[in-house]
Amino acid sequence: MSEKLETLSNRWNNLRKILERPGPFSHPDFEPSLEIINFLMNTCKILVIGAGGLGCELLKDLALMGFRDIHVIDMDTIEISNLNRQFLFRHKDIGFPKAEVAAKFVNSRVKGCQVTAYFKKIQDFDANFYRQFHIIVCGLDSIVARRWINGMLISMLNYNDDVLDQSSIIPLIDGGTEGFKGNARVILPGMTACVECTLDLYPPQVTYPLCTIANTPRLPEHCIEYVKVVQWPKENPWGTALDGDDPHHINWVHEKSLERAQQFNITGVTYRLVQGVVKNIIPAVASTNAVIAAICATEVFKLATSCYVPLNNFLVFNDVDGIYTYTYESEKKENCLACSQIPQTVVIKDPEEAKLKDLIQILQEDSRYQMRSPGLITTIDGKNRTLYISSIKSIEERTRENLNKTLSELGLKEGCEVAVSDITSPNTVIIRLHFQTTDVEMKKLIN
Amino acid sequence: MIKLFSLKQQKKDGEASPKTANQKKASAAQLRIAKDINELNLPKTCTTEFPDPDDLLNFKLIICPDEGFYRTGRFVFSFKVGPNYPHEPPKVKCETQVYHPNIDQQGNVCLNILREDWKPVLTINSIVYGLQYLFLEPNPEDPLNKEAADVLTTNRRLFEQNVQKAMRGGFVGGTYFDRCLK
Ligand SMILES: [Zn+2]
Repeated sequence: MSEKLETLSNRWNNLRKILERPGPFSHPDFEPSLEIINFLMNTCKILVIGAGGLGCELLKDLALMGFRDIHVIDMDTIEISNLNRQFLFRHKDIGFPKAEVAAKFVNSRVKGCQVTAYFKKIQDFDANFYRQFHIIVCGLDSIVARRWINGMLISMLNYNDDVLDQSSIIPLIDGGTEGFKGNARVILPGMTACVECTLDLYPPQVTYPLCTIANTPRLPEHCIEYVKVVQWPKENPWGTALDGDDPHHINWVHEKSLERAQQFNITGVTYRLVQGVVKNIIPAVASTNAVIAAICATEVFKLATSCYVPLNNFLVFNDVDGIYTYTYESEKKENCLACSQIPQTVVIKDPEEAKLKDLIQILQEDSRYQMRSPGLITTIDGKNRTLYISSIKSIEERTRENLNKTLSELGLKEGCEVAVSDITSPNTVIIRLHFQTTDVEMKKLIN
Repeated sequence: MIKLFSLKQQKKDGEASPKTANQKKASAAQLRIAKDINELNLPKTCTTEFPDPDDLLNFKLIICPDEGFYRTGRFVFSFKVGPNYPHEPPKVKCETQVYHPNIDQQGNVCLNILREDWKPVLTINSIVYGLQYLFLEPNPEDPLNKEAADVLTTNRRLFEQNVQKAMRGGFVGGTYFDRCLK
C-alpha cells in the first residue's frame, strides 16, 4: 500500500467506523460499504452559500469531514469587524473577497480538499449552475437570499404526471443565527416544508411607529431611525439612497442622530449603533455560529451518506440562559406560494392559432380550473410581463389588445410557465403551456 | 425517509435537463403581488394607476374621499413593493402635499400596518382601506404633523378651514400647499 493511501486510511479512520459498519442508531436502510466514503470524498459536490460567520465554520467542518469538492459563493469583502469570528480571515485580507480568501485558506490547510470560490451574488447563477450540486448548505443573514435559493431549487424539480421525480431534488440545509439564538433546518424541496412555507418564523425587521420616532423618541434607536427614514430622504446629502456600507453615509447619520438625541436628552447614540440600525445588524456570537454550523454540517454528512436519519426538520437553539434546543417538524403549507406550485400542463393545439383569450377561456371553462376572471403574468426573455388582468382598469386597458394576439405573437414558447391568479384559488397557480405542434415537429424530425 | 443518493451516487455535471426550459421564474413576491392586484377590491373613492403594466411592484393609488374633512380633495400615494414582500410591507409615500396630522411634508405616512403592525397575511387591499380611513378619521393621538394635530384637538372648525385652504392651494401657517382639488 502506498504511503498516501495509508495516511488516508488513518486520517479518515473515524469516518470509516461510521460508514463501514452498522450500528444500533444507523438508518434502517443503511448498507455499510467502502463505496460510501468513496462517494463522499470523490463524487459528492457541495455548495456552501455565504462565507461569513456561519460560512467559515461550515467550510472548515465540511473539509475536515472528508468532503473534497466544495464550492462557496459570497458577494462580500472582508471587513475588520469580521475578524473576531470569521477565522479563515486575517488582517492582511481586509478588502478581499470572502469566498476567495476562505477557499484559499481551506485548500492550503486541508490536504486534498478543493474549495472553489465565487465572488458573486447567488442571483448571478442559473439552474444549470445549481443543478451540479448534490447538497446545498446556506449560512446567510438575508431572508431575500434564502427565499431566492429556495425558489430556485423548487423551480428545478421535475414532475412526471404530477409525481415528483426524486432525482431532481437537491436538499437545502439552512442555518441561521442571531446573537445567542440560532436555527438549523433540512429542506427537501417539494417534499418537506420550505422557506416560504414557514416565512412567519423569520422575525420581521424591528420597526418603530413613525409617530413615535417623529415626536416622542425615547431610545437612541428612535433618533437614528428618524434620521434614516425622515431626514435622509429630505436632505439627501449625496443625492443617492442611504448605503449602510458607505462610511460617509454612516458618519452623516451618526452626526444628525447625535443632534437629535441631544434635543430630546437621549444618550447612547454611537457609531456602532448607527451602523447596526442602518444595516439592521444583530451582533454575531462566534459560539452560536459554531454550534449551528456543526449541526448543518452533520446534516450534510447524514444526507450524503444515508448513514443516519436526517433532522426532521427544524431545530431551534438558544443559549441566552443555559442551553436549550428543540426539534420539531415544521409542516409543509398546502397553499405555499413556492412549493405547492406543481405546474399544471395546459395543452394548446397550435400557438400560431390559439389566442390569449382562448387560453383564458380554457381556464374559465375547463373543469380543472373553473376560474372567474384570471389574471395572467409571465416572464419573457427574463422580463416580467403582464399578459392580462381584468380587474384593474389601467392594466386592463393596456393589456386588452393581448387578448386577440396569438400565443406565439406574445412570445410564449413551448414549456413556458404562466402564473395565474384568481379569486377561486387561495394562491397564484402556475400553468405550463404545451403546444401539440411541437410534438408534430419532433415526430417529423425523428421520421 | 427517502435515501436521496441511493439512485444517484454518481457525478453531477450540471447536465441541462430537457424537461425544464430555462425560463426565469416569477419570484414568490411577484406571485403574491399578482394575487393581491388581481383581487384588489377598491372602494369607490379609490383608483390605481400602473405606469408600466408589466411592473406590478410599482404603482400609484389615488384617493378622492367623498366624506369628511378631505372631501373634494385628490391624493396620490406611491407604492413600492420590494422583493421581500409580503415578509416586509410595501413602501408607501403620499405624493400630494396634504395638511394632515398623520402625514408629513415629505409624504411619510403614519399608519401602523405600514410599519410596526405589518403581517404577511395583510394585503394591498388592507393598506388601501387603512389609508382611506386616515382621511375619514385623522388621528391626532399619533401625529406626524404636530401642528395640524394640535389644531384638530383644540379647534375642529379651524382645522377644517385649514384643510380647505391647503387643498385649494395656499399657505397654512408657514407651509405652502399645492392645490389638490379634484
Ligand atoms: Zn413551501
